Order: sequence, then C-alpha cells, then structure tokens
Amino acid sequence: MKIAIASGKGGTGKTTLAVNLALRAAESTRVTLVDLDVEEPNSGIFIKGDLIREQQMFRLVPQWEKELCTRCGKCAEVCLYNAVLKLGETIMVLPQLCHSCHACSELCPVGALPMRDQPLGYLRHYRLGKLDFIESKLDIGVEMASPLIGQTLDYVRTNCPETNITFQDCPPGTSCAVINATKHADMVILVTEPTPFGLYDLSLAVDTMRHLGKSIAVVINRQGIGNEDVFRYCEAEKIPVWAVLPNRREIAELYSRGEIIYPKVEQFRQGLDAILQKLDALPRTI
Amino acid sequence: MKEIVIISGKGGTGKTSVAAALAFIVPKAVMADCDVDAADLHLILKPEIRTSEDFYSGVKAEIDPGMCIGCWECERVCRFNAISHASSIYKVNPLDCEGCGYCNQICPAQAISLPQQMVGQCFVSDTRFGCRLVHAKLGIGADNSGKLVAKVKKEAKQEALRTGMDYILVDGSPGIGCPVISSLSGADFVILVTEPTLSGLSDLQRVWQLTAQFNIPAGCLINKADLNSQITAQIKDYLAQQGIWHLDDLPYDEDFSRAITLGQSLVEYNPGKWKTRFDIIWQSISKELK
Repeated sequence: MKIAIASGKGGTGKTTLAVNLALRAAESTRVTLVDLDVEEPNSGIFIKGDLIREQQMFRLVPQWEKELCTRCGKCAEVCLYNAVLKLGETIMVLPQLCHSCHACSELCPVGALPMRDQPLGYLRHYRLGKLDFIESKLDIGVEMASPLIGQTLDYVRTNCPETNITFQDCPPGTSCAVINATKHADMVILVTEPTPFGLYDLSLAVDTMRHLGKSIAVVINRQGIGNEDVFRYCEAEKIPVWAVLPNRREIAELYSRGEIIYPKVEQFRQGLDAILQKLDALPRTI
Repeated sequence: MKEIVIISGKGGTGKTSVAAALAFIVPKAVMADCDVDAADLHLILKPEIRTSEDFYSGVKAEIDPGMCIGCWECERVCRFNAISHASSIYKVNPLDCEGCGYCNQICPAQAISLPQQMVGQCFVSDTRFGCRLVHAKLGIGADNSGKLVAKVKKEAKQEALRTGMDYILVDGSPGIGCPVISSLSGADFVILVTEPTLSGLSDLQRVWQLTAQFNIPAGCLINKADLNSQITAQIKDYLAQQGIWHLDDLPYDEDFSRAITLGQSLVEYNPGKWKTRFDIIWQSISKELK
C-alpha cells in the first residue's frame, strides 16, 4: 500500500507527519519511507539509520558528435523544447531544456546525437529496524525534479518488495513534481493548517488529486491557530479528516532540533495512531 | 527599475507574510506572485482583476482513432510510457505525456495531433494597497510552471514600465527547481526568508548555492529566530561566511497567523509592532539597491 503525504502549501508539516508516521508504523511492521521532495529533502534530518546504498542518479541527454554530423538539421526540427538548436554549422544542445525523449537522437539519420548520462543527483538508502528510508537529492541548478522522482519510485519498487506500507513525503505545491510524486499512490493524505493560506492551497491540492482520481483524507496540523473554515470545507466537500494535531511551541522546538515528536507529545502520538488505524481499515485491494 | 525576489528553499517560513508586509511599505512597486501553483498573496492584497489572459505553452499528443492503424510505433518510442493500447485502440494518458511530439513524428498514418495546452491564467490586478499585482493560476495537472513564472515576471516588468514604478517585488515558490530558477532570472536582489530549524538551515544552504550561481546579492531574514537560538547562531555564522547580509531577526509570533486569518498584512494588523521594523528593513534594502 502506497500512501502519499502531500499539501498545497509548504511548511504545513508533511515531513513531520511522514517521518513520525513511518517510525510509529515501523514499531510493528515493515515500512518504507521515501523522500520525494528532491529539491529540498528533509526527512533524513530526523532518521538516523545505517546507510546501505548510495548511488548517483542520471538521465540521458543527447551529445553532439561533430565528426558524424551532416548538418541536416533534423534534430533541431523535431525538438519541441528548443533544447537542440542548429546555429550555422554548429548543433547546440541545452541539457536544461531537454526532456530525454530521444527523438533527436533516434531520428538523426547518421547517429550523430548519441544519448549520454547527465547527473541528476544522489539516492541514498538507509535502514533502521523495520524501516527502509530512501531519499534523493537533486543537484543544485538542475531544473527538472520529475525524472529524479520517477527514478526514485522505480528504485523503491525494485528494492523494497518486502514492505507492507510505503509513505511518500511529497514536494509542496500542485505542479508536475507533485503529480509525479503522487500519481501511482493508492491514497493521498493532505496536510494543512487552519488558516486562509492553508485552506486555499488545500482546495488547489484537492482539485489536483481529484483530477488524478485519488482517494484523499486530510490531516489538520497546528490546530489552535486560524479559524474553523478548513473543517467546514472538508465537511462540505465530504473529505474525511483523519487527525487534528495541536499547535504547540514544544512541537516546533522538537522539530527545529531534528527530533521525533510522538515519544514526547502524547496528543501527537494519539493522532498518528488514529491515522494508522484508518490505514489499517482500508480494503486490502489497494 | 529593480527587481527583488523573496525565496526560502523551505516552504512555510513566511515568504508571503514578508511580501505582504513589504507591499504595504514599498513605494512605487508592482507585486508579482510567482508561486504559481500555490499562490496566496491575493488572499491579503484582495485584487480586483483588470486584465486576464489565458497562457498557452507546450503540447500534448492526441490519437485520432479513425486514422490509427494500430502499428504500435508510437507506444514503442514513447519514453514517458504515456501511450498504451487495449486490443487495437491506442490511447495517450495526458498526465504522463510530456509533449515531446516524437509519436507525431514517427506515426506512419499521421494519426497523432499535438494541440497546444492552456497552462493557466495570468492576471494584472488593482489591490487595496494601491499597488498593482500580477498573479497567475496554474491549470490543474498542468506542466510548465516555470514558463508561467516567466510570463508573470514579464507582465510585471511591462506593468512597472508602463506605470513608472521603481520596484518589482516577487513572491517566489519553495524549492530550488524550475519555478525558482525562473523567478531568479534577471533579479537584482534576493530576500532569503529562513527559520532556525535544521530543515530551514539545510534548505537555506541549498537555495543560496543556487542563488550564488546567478551572482545576485542577497539578504536574509531569520523568522521565528527565538525558536532555537543555537540554530539561529549557526545561520548567522553561515550568512557571515557566505557574504549574505543579515537583515533582521523576527520573533516566533502568533501575529503571523492572526494577520493571515484576518486577511491582513502584518503591518496593518499590528502597526505598532511591525511598521517600524519593516520600514527599517526596506530602507536598508533600498539603500543597497541604489
């Protein structure tokens, strides 16, 4: 069962929930936690496991082989991203615009644009008791997060077959990175805060997840700030609220130091257990 | 005209609260909300839309079932696994299609078209603070948020030129990927908003490494500075070491969420506490920009 933890707004507590939920669940079952916020991954700050594998991740981009090229310009003509340009007698490849579709490479009549590895970042796989933790970190300056997110999910599929439940810590927002991080999940938990910002961004995330056909539940974090509008919205939209977590400075302080919350804050642990019970009660078909 | 971009790496550190406070204070400015997939600045500025424009960027493949001969070529070449078939009916999953057009190139029956995609909408609005706001709404499930960011910035620049404004203040998005890179291009100054948590520090370091590649000068606001004085000290060491200007420490204060809840800027909500503070922050930035 794959559970994505997402939110429209950043900083609502995705990582806090994902890490604490995964560690609590791993007290009794095999769990995988994967950090898909590859631009700014933070789950690793909270999990001190043993590093069992580290690998550099790549994607393929074309590289111009000057000697083979006949300057026919087919490559530049087929590239809809303007990542391959013909400037006079030179073919210029702009890797940051390339989507690795292979069209220029395979449609080149003389094979003058072979695909070569381009670094994307690093994947690290840690183990801590019954928990497998995988994080990927995008290299600075790489524009596209989605290829690394896709490859990280492929890695989890291949390397963590024994797991009973996978939690996916997703990036904020509603753009392509979020879609790639959630599209194969069985269920999406949206974390929000009860403020107008939290509510508006939640409504965008709900629209996106419904567009993907996902079943969703909401967790309201930092209860005590803001107002009741998020509760009213969830009721009107018939979205189940699985837990309400308190706004406490103590939690923010534990988080700031990279500590786990639930062993120290009873009310937070109760919220996690309520979510795990809901997950347990889901039909086993997913 | 100078362009100032507010980013943070980590989400939820207070970018939009800072942008809304500065919107109240900075004279002759156009505001631009470049967090196009979770834009919130309009909740404070309460814009009245003057002009709205549909924004098209990129294509997605569509197969005409009447023309398709079921040869499997399109499915074979698609690197995004966006094409599948059941018996001899071929289909494109628009969520997986990245609009490369390879299938269209290779289809022997010319059965695949590439319609342009509406990525979202871009608005130019009046606000109750007197300044103009350029903002956008990314379409549901749309790609190309980086291109929409570039569109918002371009519109903001034109608006500033047309109306004789001195500053463009850009509210950026979290992360370090394409929308952030897009919002940094052409900026004159970056305000980094961070918080003293291990996550905040790690994300600040990554977003600063990106900003430094663009050679843009930066100042940093440490929000919730009293939450963890040890990490606040670590952040200050990092700022000094990297040549980032330390603008101010803001306290961990429920005023932030209270102001948001009332749809107000911090400076409106509690002028006694915040007005002078943000005035000073702005004066020092504007002096630096001269």
